[in-house]
This record gives sequence, C-alpha cells and structure tokens, in this order.
Amino acid sequence: MGEGQKAPLLLCGRGLGPVAERREGEGIGQAKLMTPLERFVFSFFNADVAARYWPDILQGFLLTTYLGLAVIAAGIPLGLLLASIRSFRRLPLNALIVIFADVFRALPPLMVIIILFFAFPYVDISMNAFVATWIALTLVLAAFAEEIFWAGILSVPHGQLEAARALGLRRIHGLVFIVLPQAVRLAIPPLTNRMIAITKGTALGSVVALHEILNEASSAASNSGNATPMMMGAAAYLVLFVPFVLFGRWVETRFAWKR
Amino acid sequence: MDQVFQVFFNLAIIERVWPFLLAGLGMTALLSLLVVPLGLLGGLAVAMAHSRGHRRLNWLLIAYVDFFRAFPPLVLLVLIYFGVPFLGIDLPKFAAVGLAFFLNTSSYYGEIIRAGIESIPRGQMDAALSSGLRYRQAMLWVILPQALRNVLPDLIGNTVEVIKLTTIASVVALPELLNNARLAQSLTYNPSPIVLAAGIYLVILWPLVRLLSRLEHKSMALH
Repeated sequence: MGEGQKAPLLLCGRGLGPVAERREGEGIGQAKLMTPLERFVFSFFNADVAARYWPDILQGFLLTTYLGLAVIAAGIPLGLLLASIRSFRRLPLNALIVIFADVFRALPPLMVIIILFFAFPYVDISMNAFVATWIALTLVLAAFAEEIFWAGILSVPHGQLEAARALGLRRIHGLVFIVLPQAVRLAIPPLTNRMIAITKGTALGSVVALHEILNEASSAASNSGNATPMMMGAAAYLVLFVPFVLFGRWVETRFAWKR
Repeated sequence: MDQVFQVFFNLAIIERVWPFLLAGLGMTALLSLLVVPLGLLGGLAVAMAHSRGHRRLNWLLIAYVDFFRAFPPLVLLVLIYFGVPFLGIDLPKFAAVGLAFFLNTSSYYGEIIRAGIESIPRGQMDAALSSGLRYRQAMLWVILPQALRNVLPDLIGNTVEVIKLTTIASVVALPELLNNARLAQSLTYNPSPIVLAAGIYLVILWPLVRLLSRLEHKSMALH
C-alpha cells in the first residue's frame, strides 16, 4: 500500500484531489517542458510510478479474483436451490422466491451494497466492505440464476417428470436426475453472461472502500499524482475479463440457444 | 419493531428530503433518456456495419465490442473522469458519464442486435434485394424489424441494466437519485432516504423485470 489513506470513491468528486492540484505543482509542472507525446507517456505510462505501485495493483487483482469466485460459488448454488424449491410449487414459498428474485433483479447492485453498508449499521448490524459487497453481489446473482434455472426447468416437458415418477423414482430424484441435467444445459449460456456481469460488479466495492483493483488503482493515482496506476488497473481488468468474455462467446456457439 | 420503522421509514425525514430525492430522480431520468437512445443508435451502427461482412472491419468491431464488454463500467467511468484531465482536457462531469456509458452500452446493444440480424435467414436479404430494394432499404424494412423482434427480451433486459447502471454516476458526484439519497442520509443521520430511493428504483423497474420474465419464459418454452 502506498502512503496516504484510502478513501471510499463515493461522493469525493474530484476529491482524488491531489491530481487536480498537482497538475500545476511540481510533478507535472516539469511536464510543461516536454513535448505532448513525452507528457502523455509521463502521465499514463510512467515506469517509475508503475514500479512503485504494482504490488498494490496485484493485491487488488487478487482480492477482485477472490471476491468474484466467492460470489459465483455462493450465488449459483443458491439460485439453483431456489429454482428447485420453486419447482415443487408450494404457494407461499413460491411467492417468496418470486418476490426475492424480482426485487434483486430490479434493484441496482450498487444500491444493495449501499444499503448493507450504510443503512444496516443503524440497527447495529455492521459488516466490513468485503462482506457487504459479497452478500450484495451474491443475492443479485442468486436472483438472476434462479430465474435462468427456472426458465430452464420450465422448458423441460412435464412428461419427463411424469415418466420418471411412473418408473418409481421419487419426485426429488426425478428433479435431480431427469429434469435438472436438461435444464442446466440450457441455462449455461445465459448463466455465463450473468457471471461475467456480476464479477465485473466487484468494482462497485470500491465505493465502500474495498481494496480491490479499482480502489487500489485510484488511490495510487491520487497519491502519485499520476494516471499510470489507472492504466495498470485497467490492464488488470482486461487480463481478468477478456478471457472470460471470449469464453462466453465460445459457450454461446457451443451450446447455441436457438429461439 | 416500532423502532425499526422509525429508523428505516422515518416519515418526518422522508418529508424533508423528498424534494431533494425528486431532483435526483429527475437527473436519473435525464441520464437514462440520454444514454439508452444513444447506446441503441451506437449499437445499431455497430451491428449494421458488422452485417456488411468485411473481414477486417468485423475483426475491429468485435475487438471494440469485447474490449468494452470486458471493462467494468465503473472502471471505464473512473478512467475517463479522472484520467482525461491528465491529457489537459477539462471534461464536464455529465460528458464524462455520457461518454463512459456510450462506450459500454453501445457494445452491449451492438452485440445483441448483431445476434438478432444473424438470426434472420440469408434468403430474406437475397429476396429483398432481388425484388428491387436497395441494401439500405432491405436492411431497414425487411431485416431489422424481424431481427429486433427476435432479440426484444435481450434489448429490454439490457435497458433495465443500463438504468440500474446510472447509479454509478454517483461515484463522480453527479446528482442522481442514489447520490442524493446518500447525501440526504449523511445529513440527517438516518437511512430512510436510502430506503426510499431503493423503493423508487423498485417501483420503476419492477414492471420491466416482470415483463422480462414473461418474455424469457415464452422464448425458452419455444425451444
């Protein structure tokens, strides 16, 4: 971590402050003697700054990866569980699941994080930035996953389950061994896209001062008065997500989901 | 219970901050009305250029789309808002937000519309061309209406995502709904404004989300 404190991103305006102030100050004051190209390289691809801050960015990278995996590991099973429960069609339970799924698909994820982090402490439920972001993103992913799995379950003809029952399988076995394998296959392409979207949401954690890539990069940028850490942060995101996006593209053609 | 109600649904406080939240809602609406049509137009341009089938151009377009889909929108916004001043350009807040959103949403809409166009059999275009329509007319009157209808659930879904995404403008203190709610909360020491803002998002987006579920189930059932 660099010197200086890390601040949450929210509401700080251009309060990454030193950037704007130092524009006239010593750091970039020298830049006035440079050609425009040199100045650009100095501000955006500065080797000295990069050498100083890469450990911070790496730490942020690890935290983002860890958080993303934790969200997927909790959100997808929760969504599958809810969709499975819904398939038993018990009315009060179903209504609750539908409300849960609708609410967390309609609320902006950032809103959920803010509520968990800033509103819950008023009733003495406090959590740190990591937990708040993890819970918020997990709930949102679970809501979307539930809808996707449910659509998959609906698309398996009812006769499949009836046949399983006629063969003497219990309802739960019919669901697990007959319906779900077909439903899940259909759910894979939309699910992949949703997972990409939700893991990108980890950047929202920077708003509550979670030290993930974006937060590390912007505090390094304001501490150094130089935009290079931002470019490193951007590169870190590309390293993390371009393979993911390409994988999503491949999945879409592999499991082509014809309408 | 009563105490919880006083904390999260404090009517006196809600009454006081209501005009402020309404102003925020206005900004959210303005932002949405700007970025959704712009993104759609950008996406349409990307998809139509792609359907021309030039290999190099398509390679570029796919790179553009994948690049901006791989970037978390918040990162894009922060990069533009805090990075561009280093170039010596003073970018107004609203312009920075608009630019970040355009790059992101046009990629998503572009990808969706491209999938729609590709779902229309090649014969439709051939038939339209051989009946004397120009390429542009065929695209506009024959291909696009069918293509857009095929991907309507995805288009609505992405629009909901974009509206939800406008909350990230609060990070650069653009006075939209979430930003104003947070400010009101910190001024009144009470979370009611945040809860109310969440309620407003729910009221606006719930119908769209319901509609989306129905459309999605219909299209999956057709499978």
